[in-house]
Amino acid sequence: MVEKQVEIKLKTGLQARPAALFVQEANRFSSDIFLEKDGKKVNAKSIMGLMSLALGSGTTVNLIAEGNDEEEALQKLADYIEQVG
Amino acid sequence: MVKVRTKDLIEKFDLELISGEEGIDRPISISDISRPGLEIAGFFDYYPEERIQLLGKTELTFIGKLDDGDRKYRLQRLCTDITPGIIISRGMEVPEELLEASERESVPVMRSKLKTTRLSSHLTNYLEGKLAPTTAVHGVLVDIYGVGVLITGKSGVGKSETALELVKRGHRLVADDCVEIRQEDQDTLIGSSPELIEHLLEIRGLGIINVMTLFGAGAVRSYKRITLVINLELWDQNKQYDRLGLDEEKMKIIDTDITKLTVPVRPGRNLAVIIEVAAMNFRLKRMGVNAAEQFSARLSDVIDDGEH
Repeated sequence: MVEKQVEIKLKTGLQARPAALFVQEANRFSSDIFLEKDGKKVNAKSIMGLMSLALGSGTTVNLIAEGNDEEEALQKLADYIEQVG
Repeated sequence: MVKVRTKDLIEKFDLELISGEEGIDRPISISDISRPGLEIAGFFDYYPEERIQLLGKTELTFIGKLDDGDRKYRLQRLCTDITPGIIISRGMEVPEELLEASERESVPVMRSKLKTTRLSSHLTNYLEGKLAPTTAVHGVLVDIYGVGVLITGKSGVGKSETALELVKRGHRLVADDCVEIRQEDQDTLIGSSPELIEHLLEIRGLGIINVMTLFGAGAVRSYKRITLVINLELWDQNKQYDRLGLDEEKMKIIDTDITKLTVPVRPGRNLAVIIEVAAMNFRLKRMGVNAAEQFSARLSDVIDDGEH
């Protein structure tokens, strides 16, 4: 299992469209991927769970991946969140 | 993480804040309420200072009969730096010494019009609910014939689609994708949806749909006790699935054991019907009718008869 603290730098935060893209990206990996904020942990492959966190720009979340391609998944998804949109 | 603060009580119970305003952000970490009767009589050995303190008619009348020195000293000791608040019931007058002490230590003193016992039980109920252990799981919660069924499984296995068919068959959706679970009274799990995604269902190819506006108010519930977990998984050739239903598998959520069934998914299996029947069968078992056990007993009888 690998995990990383990432800050959301997308200007709009994870609104519906960026969230959908994020989930699409997460679904490419076979690892189990989770996002954690304030002790609440959701599956990063599920769009509803992700959107229920209502992640705004500047929030820090914990990204957790576990499985065969965990390293790659963590890297790709962290890059996506941290890009400045 | 702080779940409830003194100011939440003020808002919820419409309390009148009398002094110690600086302390209204103090956290409340315990649901027990203290009525410091022995403390005002001078016995402070076991003073539960981290609790909300409740002063009623009895306590206040007793305080009134104390001599000035004792009154000042004891009321001062009630106000510690971690006491989340002192509540006066029945709208009674607050002793002058308590006001001074509470301002000094920033302990909020609040007043309610309710009677002491009433207020105490309302406060306990509210705090129990707020301070109950919680967790969130990835799954779908549906009320099927009054049984709260939590459907779990990997992303893309068909949980939401199954939920949609169940709703179409007249059952009620509680939460999709992310279920918040609260444990009440030791062994009761209550599931609900995060507010933002309440009544919504995500179906691949359709996107987000609103079950309440599509199917009506009868198709949704805001919370439901969870009594059965059904785990959907892709059919695994090498795995043994339950063929008899004699044994019950359990799964732990927070501290509560809950019955869990594993249902393999394969094209051609109608999951909604299987889950519907699983819920009915579960109810039947709770009512004392267990088809698998009855059959097994009959089979044993016939075998025994054949031997003799």
